[in-house]
Amino acid sequence: MHPAVKVENLSKQYSLGAREAGYATLRETLVTSLRAPLGRLRRKEPAVGDETFWALRDLNLEIFSGERLGIVGHNGAGKSTLLKILSRITEPTTGRVQLFGRVGSLLEVGTGFHPELTGRENISLNGAMLGMKREEIARKFDEIVAFAEIERFLDTPVKRYSSGMYTRLAFAVAAHLEPEILIVDEVLAVGDAAFQKKCLGKMNEVASTGRTVIFVSHNMTAIRSLCNRAVWLDKGSIVQEGTAETVATNYLRTSFSTLNLRVWDDPATAPGNERVRFHRASVHPVQPSTNFDGINVRTPFVIEFDYWNLVPNAKLNLSLILFNDEGMPLFNTGPIGEPVWHGKPFPAGLFRSQCFVPGDLMNAGTHRVQLMVVEDQSSVIFRTDDILVFDIMDSTELRTGWYGKVIGAVRPLLTWSTELLDSEPKSIE
Amino acid sequence: MNLVAEDVGMDPRPSSAGHSLAPEQASSAPSAFPDKAPAVVIQPSRSWVPLNLKDIWAYRELLYFLVWRDVKVRYKQTALGAAWAILQPLFMMLIFTLFFGRVAASQTSSVPYPLFALAGLVPWTFFSTAISMSGNSLVANSNLVTKVYFPRLIMPMAAVLAGLVDFALSWGLLIVLMLYYGVKLQAGIAMVPVLILMTIFFSIGVGTWLSAINVKYRDVRFVLPFLIQLWLFVSSVILPSSAVGPRWRWLLLLNPMSAIIEGYRAALLGLPFDWIALAIAAVITFIVTAYAAYEFKRMEKRFADIV
Repeated sequence: MHPAVKVENLSKQYSLGAREAGYATLRETLVTSLRAPLGRLRRKEPAVGDETFWALRDLNLEIFSGERLGIVGHNGAGKSTLLKILSRITEPTTGRVQLFGRVGSLLEVGTGFHPELTGRENISLNGAMLGMKREEIARKFDEIVAFAEIERFLDTPVKRYSSGMYTRLAFAVAAHLEPEILIVDEVLAVGDAAFQKKCLGKMNEVASTGRTVIFVSHNMTAIRSLCNRAVWLDKGSIVQEGTAETVATNYLRTSFSTLNLRVWDDPATAPGNERVRFHRASVHPVQPSTNFDGINVRTPFVIEFDYWNLVPNAKLNLSLILFNDEGMPLFNTGPIGEPVWHGKPFPAGLFRSQCFVPGDLMNAGTHRVQLMVVEDQSSVIFRTDDILVFDIMDSTELRTGWYGKVIGAVRPLLTWSTELLDSEPKSIE
Repeated sequence: MNLVAEDVGMDPRPSSAGHSLAPEQASSAPSAFPDKAPAVVIQPSRSWVPLNLKDIWAYRELLYFLVWRDVKVRYKQTALGAAWAILQPLFMMLIFTLFFGRVAASQTSSVPYPLFALAGLVPWTFFSTAISMSGNSLVANSNLVTKVYFPRLIMPMAAVLAGLVDFALSWGLLIVLMLYYGVKLQAGIAMVPVLILMTIFFSIGVGTWLSAINVKYRDVRFVLPFLIQLWLFVSSVILPSSAVGPRWRWLLLLNPMSAIIEGYRAALLGLPFDWIALAIAAVITFIVTAYAAYEFKRMEKRFADIV
């Protein structure tokens, strides 16, 4: 078992102050160096009062060759900083990294592509930038072109490429780099479905030949299926380290939206008015499990409201509209088929209404609930826009090798049938 | 530090490939690190970093491709294309001849003024383009600096070397003019390669230093055009250094470009060389280049963070 990367006590500090972080003006520096001519010879310490922050703090990590390590974490957790240090783009403040092998890093698709150059020219240029030798590029040229599917446009300047072609070409060059350690930062966010599948296949292939892959992504589905181990970073330190499955699940659990449960104990401040007041609103799976894993596209779930009716004998009705993250209304529903209270006068008191949403209906993403309280089927007496906001996770089940976002406002699991009608295919004349 | 793949061995040996997919086993014996030395060790560098020529050599192909890119891209989507390489010194020569020709006649009696001017303008145009391109190179390629590793010194070097194609083309114009005036070549012509090397080295020195400062102080972008304009007047391009009174002439010695340009004229037009001025220029070129390399290495590690 060879180590591929060994990270010891790695820290990286950035200064936040406008003075240090940005480019200073020449005048300031001239003035300071005139005042203290020897200042420049002394070791530079961050100026007093300069705000600094640690993008990475005492990180220790060992990655073995043949491993596929996923790195997860929120924006600003230090993932990109770590990749930049491993790629030797920026230096650590303290600590040490040992790399046992050639590193190829892909922090951005199409780094160094020049819009005026043709596809053919950019393959050479980009290859050289990623550290390929000229003969290596020449040897793999045909393979790269075939992978990118741009044969016809090889001699067209890439500025005339569609964004899809551009991405395909860029990834193709990078995918044919044969480093012992491949570093990939969130490239799966681009490209169409078929191409994403190809990319993941290529990365799996890289790892299966005993090379090491370090992969940063926000896509837990991709992390789960591509990586065997994962590290969860937060505020520059490792929160958890373990199998990709465990880390991804735990990461998702904590990032589950905060607005999935709201309780208002004091009726005076609860949303509502003199006729109706909310007490509690929540979203949870129908089957309460001790191992709460959020809601994914397969989970049947409940949207639940507890509210006080303050006016006796009001005929209350609810109207719920569910929006997706693009602001598109997915459906509007109300308890019109509810057998006990629907259409009846409500006495004053605390009521609970539940809306059951079946599994295999909603698509993944953030959803938002708008709720209206209606009286006598006609007049809206109260309306609240974002009473609940919750995430529906993607699921690895029922996927066949592709991990991009499934298109559509909803993602129902529908019944299909296929039958063989004729086993003698006729030729079409 | 070495990035050459052969040093590390690209493929794991077949015997080790069998058990290379079981990281869990390894974590139980973390001390079992093999005797294999790491290919690269990354750690904070001290303030004085030696110039790593080996690393630059390992990346020579990237240098080649960057030069090639700059050359290819320079005249894309221009109507006149590479003709610009000739038009620039040509028009400068015409304007200089029109305005200074008569005044200069007394100073350059043995040489026709157009030839005198062009022999200075050809190296001058290369130098001014080279330092302005290379001074802006790191900032203009900030997307590369923040996304891929390579010895940063390659960037300003490539920008200077890309100017060599234009330089070669403008030599064509100079040769035509020399033939037109029937200049007879003399032994001094042997100095031309040396002068070209000095020009390139000095351009790399100045360009590298400016490019590093430019990352932190964008003032450089505004200073550059102005600096180049001023520099033209003190580089003996328009008039020979003898036009400056003896009281101030020593100042020109501090500017290697003046001696180098006069050197070109001496070599091409059979004028006497000023060997002392050339020797001083060589020393200053060396000092400037060494200082630029030192400053560049000192600032290099923060480029990606502040560019």
